[in-house]
Amino acid sequence: MEKELPLWEVFIRSRQGLDHKHVGSLHAADAQMAIENARDVYTRRQEGVSIWVVESIHITASDPADSDPLFEPAKDKAYRHPTFYQLPEGIKHI
Amino acid sequence: MDTTKNLEEIFQSKIDHEIKIEPKDWMPDAYRKTLIRQISQHAHSEIVGMLPEGNWITRTPSLRRKVALLAKIQDEAGHGLYLYSAAETLGITRDQLLDELHTGKAKYSSIFNYPALTWADMGSVGWLVDGAAIMNQVMLCRTSYGPYARAMVRICKEESFHHRQGFEILLTLAQGTEAQKKMCQESINRWWKPALMMFGPPDEQSSNTEMSMKWKIKRETNDELRQRFVDVAAEQVKFLNMTLPDVVWNESTGHYDFGTLDWDHFWNVVKGNGPCNKQRLDARIKAHENGVWVREAALAFAEKQKVRQQSQVKTA
Repeated sequence: MEKELPLWEVFIRSRQGLDHKHVGSLHAADAQMAIENARDVYTRRQEGVSIWVVESIHITASDPADSDPLFEPAKDKAYRHPTFYQLPEGIKHI
Repeated sequence: MDTTKNLEEIFQSKIDHEIKIEPKDWMPDAYRKTLIRQISQHAHSEIVGMLPEGNWITRTPSLRRKVALLAKIQDEAGHGLYLYSAAETLGITRDQLLDELHTGKAKYSSIFNYPALTWADMGSVGWLVDGAAIMNQVMLCRTSYGPYARAMVRICKEESFHHRQGFEILLTLAQGTEAQKKMCQESINRWWKPALMMFGPPDEQSSNTEMSMKWKIKRETNDELRQRFVDVAAEQVKFLNMTLPDVVWNESTGHYDFGTLDWDHFWNVVKGNGPCNKQRLDARIKAHENGVWVREAALAFAEKQKVRQQSQVKTA
């Protein structure tokens, strides 16, 4: 049985000043081949100025079943947003 | 038992509220299976779809047409790869996916089992085959499974050039000599009905439609998409001064009628008896097998580099 080439996740910076964003995945034997394949697969129309690749097995993802304990606590903390605070009408630059 | 039911209700309520399903979310087995079948069939179609066009690369009438055709075929390879990686998020490996294609277990669009006989066919494939595919793909940009929807958005952006370059090829022929006009019309005649059958069997015969609509994998039925495509193409063909076989305006419905489609023929091609089924599959298998040593060498090289790096770190 032939061994499968490892899976890599691809992140592209679309232009200077923006974050790298996940665009998809591909198979490659090593990091250099992953970059070269990502160039051909994900940037055929100038979609990027920089590529990151990381082998998929190195990514740890949160479990959707844990979403409540992870993200629920932020819900009732309206005081973390500027609109929570009441200021006099007409006040400027605040 | 009860937890499964509960999970299924949560799942369906997400779908009903237009919340996308992502790879690690719970999903019913049948949803996963349907998606793997549909996405892989779609990926295989992109890959096999390169073959009829590859046939014309060396014989394009100009350099302009050659660069366009090469870019289009490279796009099809890219589309196949976007889709394979979307399918892999559902827990199937690339090797399994390719195996299913090579053993005939997985299907690809029947349209690619027809030969591209003349240069005009490169126009018809772009205008009609890609045009029909786009109707379907635009709908799939809103499909309920996140990775599939994202792949479709990227594909749709690129597909538009395929569609337009196809129409331009036909338009050039349609303004040419009598022989070129004849070649153009004959090509349209050959591709029209197979293109209409790309939307799949009529709704009342389509076993997958109901569940796929409930799960919002599909958002419109085969017949709805087919009729929209007919109405659009029937207007576009006027710019070519050509005709679409059996297409007539129906005053009472406000749509174009398109006559009958031979579904026995369709199923016969799906089952492997089309003009090019064997040739297409043989070409795919040969390409895969000829690539074995390249993949093995790449892995061996990567392994060697890794060992060398590690020993350098140790000695340093």
